[in-house]
Amino acid sequence: MSMRKQFVTTTEAILAEDKKVVLLLGDIGVFGFRKSFESFPSRVYNIGILEQATIGTAAGLSMSGLIPIVHTIAPFIVERAFEQLKDDFAFQKLGGNFVSVGASYDYAALGATHHCPGDVGELKNIPGMEIVVPGHSGEYDELFREAYANGNPTYFRLSERENAEKYPVKFGKAHVIKKGKKATVIAVGPILSRVIEACQKEDVTILYYTTITPFDSETLKKNCPSGKILLCEPYYSGALAWDVMNTFSGKPITLEFAGMPHEFLSHYGKDSEHDEYLGMTPKGIYKHLKKLIK
Amino acid sequence: MSKIQTPAIKKLKCTIVEAVAKAGEGHIPSAFSILDIVWTLYDKVLKFDPKNPKWDERDRFFLSKGHASLALYMVLSEKKFFPRERLEGFAKWDSLLGGHPDRNKVPGVEASTGSLGHGLPMAVGSALASKISGVKYRVFTIIGDGEANEGTIWESAMLASHHKLNNLYCIVDYNHSGDRALRVDDLVEKFKSFGWQSISVDGHNQKEIEKALKVKTTDKPIAIIAETIKGLGAKMMENNPAWHHKAPTPEEFTQILKELS
Repeated sequence: MSMRKQFVTTTEAILAEDKKVVLLLGDIGVFGFRKSFESFPSRVYNIGILEQATIGTAAGLSMSGLIPIVHTIAPFIVERAFEQLKDDFAFQKLGGNFVSVGASYDYAALGATHHCPGDVGELKNIPGMEIVVPGHSGEYDELFREAYANGNPTYFRLSERENAEKYPVKFGKAHVIKKGKKATVIAVGPILSRVIEACQKEDVTILYYTTITPFDSETLKKNCPSGKILLCEPYYSGALAWDVMNTFSGKPITLEFAGMPHEFLSHYGKDSEHDEYLGMTPKGIYKHLKKLIK
Repeated sequence: MSKIQTPAIKKLKCTIVEAVAKAGEGHIPSAFSILDIVWTLYDKVLKFDPKNPKWDERDRFFLSKGHASLALYMVLSEKKFFPRERLEGFAKWDSLLGGHPDRNKVPGVEASTGSLGHGLPMAVGSALASKISGVKYRVFTIIGDGEANEGTIWESAMLASHHKLNNLYCIVDYNHSGDRALRVDDLVEKFKSFGWQSISVDGHNQKEIEKALKVKTTDKPIAIIAETIKGLGAKMMENNPAWHHKAPTPEEFTQILKELS
């Protein structure tokens, strides 16, 4: 099941379980939720194409005791309505869930207006905003159920890209995929499969992060014997750089980046073609790893 | 337009000027512009309990133009949400009362506002929540005419009428301070065209304001376009952009208080 389908399945189940949950769709995913419109007419809305007012409206729902889930394409939630996320939710300390589709360049052929590789870095600038990047549909289900009603604003980043298998996940915790001595490789969400392939013949530690904020410093601190870190992020590279550096505050570490370069993508085609172009492949990741552990 | 100021309003205005003089900053004219409306809301219209500010069934008031916070603080203190003495520390380092209101600090403040165009969307959400949850209350918000330049105002206007939020009242403090930049012209007609019931009132005539705030509809949100004078009560401030965010000098302070006494 794709993450998008999982989002529908999980949301339908939670709408049935929790009468406080209200779903606001930005004219996206409406067909997928056709059953929910019938089952929960007062709590499921195709709200329209007005992202800023939608986030404000969601804040109004939240301050009245309801739990909003807002869903649309990543740039329209994060970048169009950034100030509403900051002021209406995070500053006011209100709980809400923002579930995006179209991670990074998932919508490769639609061009840069529909790409959103800046989302994680941008949202990290909002104090109190939680950021979740699942790498598998099953992980999304578990992470959403764990966090959706925690009273904080939480961004869930769905991706068309999935890892080959589901790994154990817990909100706010990283998972140790394997332990090694030469370096520690941090893999975020759906880049994990590529990282595992890149590192298969190397004696390195791989840590899998699906919660970006709050960042699990403890697991990193316990699993970095070499002081060498390769940061593999499926969005604009470096969003986690401060968290990594701060984990080892006062101690020297060597940090190498194998995430997405900060540039607009001017080609179309398929996401896999962009992977090749950007070096977001096992081969590209391996090059960075060799540079780090040579 | 009525320029009559009741003794009670004049007294509140004096306290606002004193608070700003002590702080060394503040938006006096914006507070004066909406004071009759906020007073009428809390004195004649809203259902609330200052001892239980989070009471589920209370009516909600969202000050969307948060820079006029002093009007809200004044009225909240008059209505016993917090002691009057707190106004003396307005905008100071450890004060609960900042230049813009903070819902997590000030009892009775529903929303932390400041950036324009945020209050009405949140008011829409709050009014919609009442319909969803079945808890009966009304939601009132004050926006400015300059604020009505913001796209979110009209996004929210569409949402409110589409969802038939007849428990939502949007009062526009139409003091025309936005005219020098981008005029919004006939707001009564604009809100009507967005599906609202829309009324024009004298924003300094409390009886007229009260009557408008008690209008009920079966399926439409209500827009009250209140014609106001920014800075009414102090001649040197009235419609004078230089006073938008400014503290009085000692000489100006004396003159303003004399005028209001």
